[in-house]
Amino acid sequence: MRITRTVGGRRRRAAVIATTGLTATALLLAGCSSDSSDSGKSSDANGKITLTVADYGQFGYKEAGLFAQYHKLHPNITVKEDVTADEKVYYPKMLQELNAGSGLADVQGVEVGRIKEVVDTKANDFADLSKVINVGDWVPWKEKQATTSGGAVIGAGTDIGPMSLCYNTELFKKAGLPTDRAAVAKKVAGGWNSYLQLGEEYKKKAPAGTYFMDSASAMFNAVVSSNAKQYYDASGKAIYKDSPSVKEGWNLAAEAASKKLTQGLAQFNDPWVAALRKGTIATVACPAWMAGQISTNAGAGNKGKWDITTAPGATAANWGGSFLAVPKKGSHVTEASALVKWLTAPAQQAAVFKAIGVFPSNKGAYDLPEVKNAKLPYFNNAPIGQIYADEAKTIPEAVIGEKDGVIKDNFSTQINNMEQRGTSPDDAWSAATNAIDKAIG
Amino acid sequence: MSTSAPARDAYAPPPSGSPQTSAAARRQKWRSRLWRFDDKASPYAYIAPFFLVFGAFGLYPLLYTGWIALHRVEMTGLDQMQWVGWANFDRILHDAEFWTAVGNTFLIGVMSTVPQLLVALGLAHLLNYRLRASTFFRTIILTPYATSVASAALVFALVFRADGGLLNWLLHFIGLGHTNWANGHWTSKIAISVIVIWRWTGYNTLIYLAAMQAVPTDLYEAASIDGASRWQQFRKVTVPSLRPTILFTIVISTIGSMQLFGEPLLLEGGTLGATGGNENQYETLSVYLYNYGWNLGHLGPAAAVAWAMLALLLIIAAINWLIGRFVRKSAV
Repeated sequence: MRITRTVGGRRRRAAVIATTGLTATALLLAGCSSDSSDSGKSSDANGKITLTVADYGQFGYKEAGLFAQYHKLHPNITVKEDVTADEKVYYPKMLQELNAGSGLADVQGVEVGRIKEVVDTKANDFADLSKVINVGDWVPWKEKQATTSGGAVIGAGTDIGPMSLCYNTELFKKAGLPTDRAAVAKKVAGGWNSYLQLGEEYKKKAPAGTYFMDSASAMFNAVVSSNAKQYYDASGKAIYKDSPSVKEGWNLAAEAASKKLTQGLAQFNDPWVAALRKGTIATVACPAWMAGQISTNAGAGNKGKWDITTAPGATAANWGGSFLAVPKKGSHVTEASALVKWLTAPAQQAAVFKAIGVFPSNKGAYDLPEVKNAKLPYFNNAPIGQIYADEAKTIPEAVIGEKDGVIKDNFSTQINNMEQRGTSPDDAWSAATNAIDKAIG
Repeated sequence: MSTSAPARDAYAPPPSGSPQTSAAARRQKWRSRLWRFDDKASPYAYIAPFFLVFGAFGLYPLLYTGWIALHRVEMTGLDQMQWVGWANFDRILHDAEFWTAVGNTFLIGVMSTVPQLLVALGLAHLLNYRLRASTFFRTIILTPYATSVASAALVFALVFRADGGLLNWLLHFIGLGHTNWANGHWTSKIAISVIVIWRWTGYNTLIYLAAMQAVPTDLYEAASIDGASRWQQFRKVTVPSLRPTILFTIVISTIGSMQLFGEPLLLEGGTLGATGGNENQYETLSVYLYNYGWNLGHLGPAAAVAWAMLALLLIIAAINWLIGRFVRKSAV
């Protein structure tokens, strides 16, 4: 082979072409990946940026048109939402993304059952919002849950879940039960026991193929979350085996299962969604955010058939509620924090409440007329503002623990087993505690 | 590839006899040395890519998994590794759910592999005869294999769904009762086996067919002259000739069923799928591993499960090998 200059020239040209090709590919790949994961790039040529919000279930921002509104206020910012239906699927994925340091959105939702674990183990991965938001604006216990021992605040509270009771007026009518809110509230005023009694009454004349409740696990969660003492004690020790509220909820659930008052569906799974659409469920224990789930899943065809009344018993319960957190790794931490501040401000929380009924955690929202006088059209114009505000006043300051979410999920699964297969309460209890010990250990 | 090619040294230039140190001779010497080096080293260079890739993506993860299995590592803090020795193995071996998963994996493995291979053998035999549009049928039979696990599992999930599922609707139509497929211990395993059988039968059929094409036709001709029916031809000619192939498919299917993951995960999906049903009734080892590592966030025990699966596979391979040896012996 003769070595001449031309070869060198050709080689250089090849190198140039190869480099160009690689660069182009790299740029294309960067273009494919989401904005949050490419480093250093803060905006495109026009200074326009896209913020992604990853959440689960129903946050209601889209329904309330808040993202579009934000884009109007800040023309250079577009907000995209990435929704996972089931929080139980969402959370492990978020942990993996935190570990990998990629795939995270600019804003990530965190459920109250997980917030303690995130605060204890992953606080360093999230931006401190204590300078951005005013913690005093929230109901007192809410932001405490998202505050680290060092005083950093890693999440802004979105909603709280004061408890109510959603019921299907059409089925109630067919079963010969009263459909008026006050009358239903009176029937269950005695607490969850009288709720079960109402269930038996329903069952006597129930339309074929319908059930009084979707799953007793909802009732279990309602009972447990109406207590300050739930799964953990103040020192962070898991006490779920001896916790009186857990025992009470469990026994009620076992009773409901044995009396066949429930359809025994795992909540948020496909069959549950299908049952709501078909209209086979008469009542759902309804924290504020559940109304959004029902209206979305039951669909337009069932509009006006549902209604909302006060939850059984006198004790207020808070089931669920979430936070918005901003991962430090994002390339738009400042903008994302500003978005979080705006989304959790009173006016926006009120807008979301109006749209899908998730109840504000920001105290400033409670005095707004659109919250006070809020009615949900889907639910026969139920005066949810009034119902939830009354409940929210008396919510106890609960002790939350690292694995609250996992514990709750495992109890729910075993309650489903009692309902579906007739597993004996003792067997289900030991299965649940075994699984929980494994999860905690 | 033939290995009897003459060594390249045969073409090497003859070494210069004169001890002259002229530039030409030095170059000559250098070149012959290069030549020899090339001859010795080239093969290694050619096979290196595979070994490098295998080292990075096969061997290293394997060993690192073993390392993790001896530690306590949580999804919530990957950087904190705490040495616990054999505690993770102890923990999974004392976990009833692990043994449930082992049992399920074997049951589903047998329930899906045996019918699948028998049907594949039959189909291959049919396709082996001259028939119209045989290429068309041979292509059609492979189409399930071309679908992804996820899409197949999701479609079958709709078929087996308890409320509003296609199968229950059909059963209801012919007056048979309502079955909650995913909920039953046997029915859920049947459902998963059906998905596996549907996907892999065609694949094994093609392997058998290829092997059958290699069986000399004069054997069949001789058999039919002797008056053997097709069934007898199949039993006395086809199956014995296919013995090594059958053993191969058994080994492949065993490894495949050991790693069964997508089908059980997606039968019900969501969290129920991740625990293999609400009573772990269709939880396979892979799903158990996934749930331990990704949902509960305990990576130590999950890594231990991975190694336990390897041990199980080696045991099965040994049993297979012994059976194979026995079969070969008895065939003689």
